[in-house]
Amino acid sequence: MSGLRYIEDAVSLEYDSSKCRGCRRCVEVCPHGAFAMDGSVAVLVDRGACIECGACRRNCAYGAISVNAGVGCAAAIINGWIHGTEPTCDCTPGDCC
Amino acid sequence: MTAVAAGVLAPADVPVVPTALTWRDHWGALRMRLNIARHAYRVEPGLYRVGSPSAVSPVLVTANWKLTFDTLRSNLAGVDAWLLVLDTKGINVWCAAGKGTLSTTEVCRRVIESGLMDVVDHTTLVLPQLAAPGVEAHAVQAITGFRVVYGPVRASDIPAFLATGMRATEHMRRVTFTVAERLALTGVELSVAWRPRTLGMLALVALASGVGRWGFSPDAVISRGGIALLVGFAGLLCGALITPVLLPWLPFRAFAAKGALVGAVAGAVLYALVAPAVGGLAALGAAVAVVTITSFVAMNFTGTSPITSPSGVEREMRRALPFQMAGAAVAAVLWLASAFVGKGF
Repeated sequence: MSGLRYIEDAVSLEYDSSKCRGCRRCVEVCPHGAFAMDGSVAVLVDRGACIECGACRRNCAYGAISVNAGVGCAAAIINGWIHGTEPTCDCTPGDCC
Repeated sequence: MTAVAAGVLAPADVPVVPTALTWRDHWGALRMRLNIARHAYRVEPGLYRVGSPSAVSPVLVTANWKLTFDTLRSNLAGVDAWLLVLDTKGINVWCAAGKGTLSTTEVCRRVIESGLMDVVDHTTLVLPQLAAPGVEAHAVQAITGFRVVYGPVRASDIPAFLATGMRATEHMRRVTFTVAERLALTGVELSVAWRPRTLGMLALVALASGVGRWGFSPDAVISRGGIALLVGFAGLLCGALITPVLLPWLPFRAFAAKGALVGAVAGAVLYALVAPAVGGLAALGAAVAVVTITSFVAMNFTGTSPITSPSGVEREMRRALPFQMAGAAVAAVLWLASAFVGKGF
């Protein structure tokens, strides 16, 4: 996408292809094309494009994917540091950015 | 026995929504883009229909932010479909999925409570692809019996997706971040400028800028204070508008670094403009402040962009924040010093 790429080597995505059953869900849900099918098995073809949204992990019924998922948002991370919690984009309780 | 008495939902009882947007919808969308009452723009969750859907028509699941709902329905002209609106607390699909308000539980609950099973006799749900961070498709199937198909990222691709037997092309599956998409988001970024807190802080700095070896001077408030205001708004404009627009063409991966670069150019221009009036020391302080503000505001655009990972953002912040804090300190010291040893105003 117009050559826009972010810091790649910090990405926490890990994929264990030995657990893959070829359901294609990861290929279907990744918004940046990190996964592709190679025959009946998914392969991680573009790890650096991962934004850690967690869609692949949540939709892998076989536990082949692990990722430290969250929102890639500086304000959320600052919120987390200030309140000693996980990063959150909540501006006020019950509402959100 | 009537359908209602039997507790069965009749298709005719499902509210119809138009696919054409009115001027009120467009006005509402503009307000959303400018961050005006953004959290109070909601649709009642539940089942709706567009066109004249039958028992075999597709079920499109969506969020209850009205801008999301309007985007969906306005792309469904000529389509007969059921719309299942989830309670995402007025948040868009992707953010709600990330936050967990658009969840497996919420999907299952709406499927069961909405009466969907009374009006369709198939078991397929089309969820937006960007709902996937919050939903376990296999769990939805296990609980409700409905198979989840993830539809395209953009609502505008839904008619083509449905027409081809629910096949999404690779293009439909990719999130983009075009100039138009980046521009559409800058209104909310820029809305920081008219927050009372921002205006109050800038007013305070402008007033304080009137103090110097001359005591307090209204002329200094206008001259030095005016420059302080200019610095604030220039930094915001550079970080929230110019950096996002130029994003793919700026070097560096870190948004803070991209912003610092834009801020450096703006700071140099500002220096040249104001140095003759207030002296080099004050002008340098103003320039450093512009670089710092732009870098910080640009760093905050990470949360708006669809290309940043939280791990990457945290790494970027750990590197950038010390520089930004140092920049703020240097700018403040230069600005204060210029009030006492500088050219004046």
